[in-house]
Amino acid sequence: MNYNVDEKGYYGVFGGAYIPEMLYPNVAELKEQYLKISEAPDFQKEFKDLLKAYVGRPTPLYFAQRLSERYQTKIYLKREDLCHTGAHKVNNTIGQILLAKRLGKNRIIAETGAGQHGVATATVCALMGIECIVYMGELDIKRQAPNVARMKMLGAEVRPAQSGSKTLKDATNEAIRDWINNPVDTHYIIGSVVGPHPYPDMVARFQSVISEETKVQLMEVEGRDYPDHVIACVGGGSNAAGLYYHYLNDSRVNIIAVEAAGKGIDSGASAATSALGKEGIIHGSKTLLMQTPDGQITEPYSISAGLDYPGVGPMHAHLFRSKRAEFISVPDQEAMDWGLTLSQMEGIIPAIETAHAFAVLDLRSFGPEEVLVFNCSGRGDKDLNTYIDYFKL
Amino acid sequence: MNRIDQKFQEGKKLLSIYFSAGHPNLEDTVPVLKELQKAGVDLIEIGLPFSDPLADGPTIQQSSTQALRNGMTTEKLFSQLENIREEIHIPLILMGYFNPMMQYGIERFCSRCAQIGIDGLIIPDLPVDVYQEEYKSLFDQYGLYNMFLITPQTSEERIRFIDRVSKGFIYMVSSASVTGAKNTFGSEQTDYFKRIAALQLKTPTLVGFGISNAKTFTAATEHSFGAIIGSAFIKFLEEKGVGEIDSFIKSIR
Repeated sequence: MNYNVDEKGYYGVFGGAYIPEMLYPNVAELKEQYLKISEAPDFQKEFKDLLKAYVGRPTPLYFAQRLSERYQTKIYLKREDLCHTGAHKVNNTIGQILLAKRLGKNRIIAETGAGQHGVATATVCALMGIECIVYMGELDIKRQAPNVARMKMLGAEVRPAQSGSKTLKDATNEAIRDWINNPVDTHYIIGSVVGPHPYPDMVARFQSVISEETKVQLMEVEGRDYPDHVIACVGGGSNAAGLYYHYLNDSRVNIIAVEAAGKGIDSGASAATSALGKEGIIHGSKTLLMQTPDGQITEPYSISAGLDYPGVGPMHAHLFRSKRAEFISVPDQEAMDWGLTLSQMEGIIPAIETAHAFAVLDLRSFGPEEVLVFNCSGRGDKDLNTYIDYFKL
Repeated sequence: MNRIDQKFQEGKKLLSIYFSAGHPNLEDTVPVLKELQKAGVDLIEIGLPFSDPLADGPTIQQSSTQALRNGMTTEKLFSQLENIREEIHIPLILMGYFNPMMQYGIERFCSRCAQIGIDGLIIPDLPVDVYQEEYKSLFDQYGLYNMFLITPQTSEERIRFIDRVSKGFIYMVSSASVTGAKNTFGSEQTDYFKRIAALQLKTPTLVGFGISNAKTFTAATEHSFGAIIGSAFIKFLEEKGVGEIDSFIKSIR
């Protein structure tokens, strides 16, 4: 089976472009151009140069000594938390801003939940001197004040999404509406492997640098370019897509996706889309999403703002449905505990999103010769307030 | 013959009204339909509320959210409309996003529509190519028309394609925008209306988005078969209530 996108924009039955006609020309243009532009040598050179000199790539593949000893297996962390702006998000925004420039766009819009993608977008817009508007749910603006301030410092305009539940899904709706109203001069930088085709594939390709580097780095330390397991947290799923990308069709590699169970899968406050979602349409993509029996999209919950998206990218829906990947869900409490464990055992304070992934170590056993690569997707600076409140630090 | 086709044979400039089912109050759906027919409206688009209506501006979003809060569901709407054809004889169109229809089951949805006497559907986020490949035969089987949108950005080639596969009418979006009332049309819109009229499409066009009063209605219908009013009507309904519908319609034409 092929786990990459097919020529029609689908992963198995998931994906496609379920968009209003108003967006057709924009999405069609992107579909026609994204590979032509992003595979051209001049694009690749500029992209790679910026990833190196500006983002700080390649990020290290770090062997977690103490953690490996405790769990009697070989644990590597792909240190995306060391990227400029503090997470993997910037890999994608660098790619998309270069694409936008080549498409002749002079205005950028983006959606953001916790603010990480908003900051990464505002950053590349500042770098290129392009106007930037970030839509953010009114509730999230209140909850994530430091990231709002960062975006403003970077020169972006932060517009509150006041519709619906006033969070990430509504910020995404507002960004899409903006794009409908400004179809000619504007490029929409989506932050995850979601949205209409070609976004899921385009974002996955820009994030695929994560597994591209992992292959080279593993070869150096393990003498083979593949691990036994790749493990990442999944909200929309962009850091996971980047880590899985070059291993999707490599059956030697087991894929593990970790979702946020929030207060528990049956609690009514969860973001475990694979467990709770049904096939449907969200933000232009056919995928798994959390919804009422009547087809109204429901509001997810996780203590980590980056994982509380009611859907999952179509690639992940396909990995789940086809059983190519193993999906587990981890509640708030275990994720928070892992935030502390990783801090105290490896000296790395992870984003709460990232911390979810490590809980797999308590749920599965791995052999002493097995090689595990975790995506250490983001650092925990942005989550300090949540950590302080939770642990009474 | 489908009631929509019949209506277009009358040869006058048609007025179509959109409203959200179950708004302002849950049980307003049927009274609104009756008042609209009495006021002489030609077609009615009944909005099936959705939590994330991404092609709609604030007015329709809010009416949709309110309708959901009132308890509107797909099943509830069908039960409200169960005997509607005893009283309403003008074309009825359901307009809604694809996800609630998927969850209801597309075949089951079509079958209920046919049973009630719905004439057609408008589904903004179901692209014409997906419809052609996956759902057209089902819609045909139940005698339902599916109307498509075009915008000022739609290429002539694509307009020709949409014209070929369309039944009923083509929904001409007046400008690059989400739904919402405007007070006037500029020369850009007039040029677009003329450009489309000059294509001599086989399918008649109705202009929608941004029509709010007699002035915009007249401008929109000069080069088309009629126009659709949504947001302006919903605002009026919220402010004045169902009893005053006649005065709104009379103010348009």
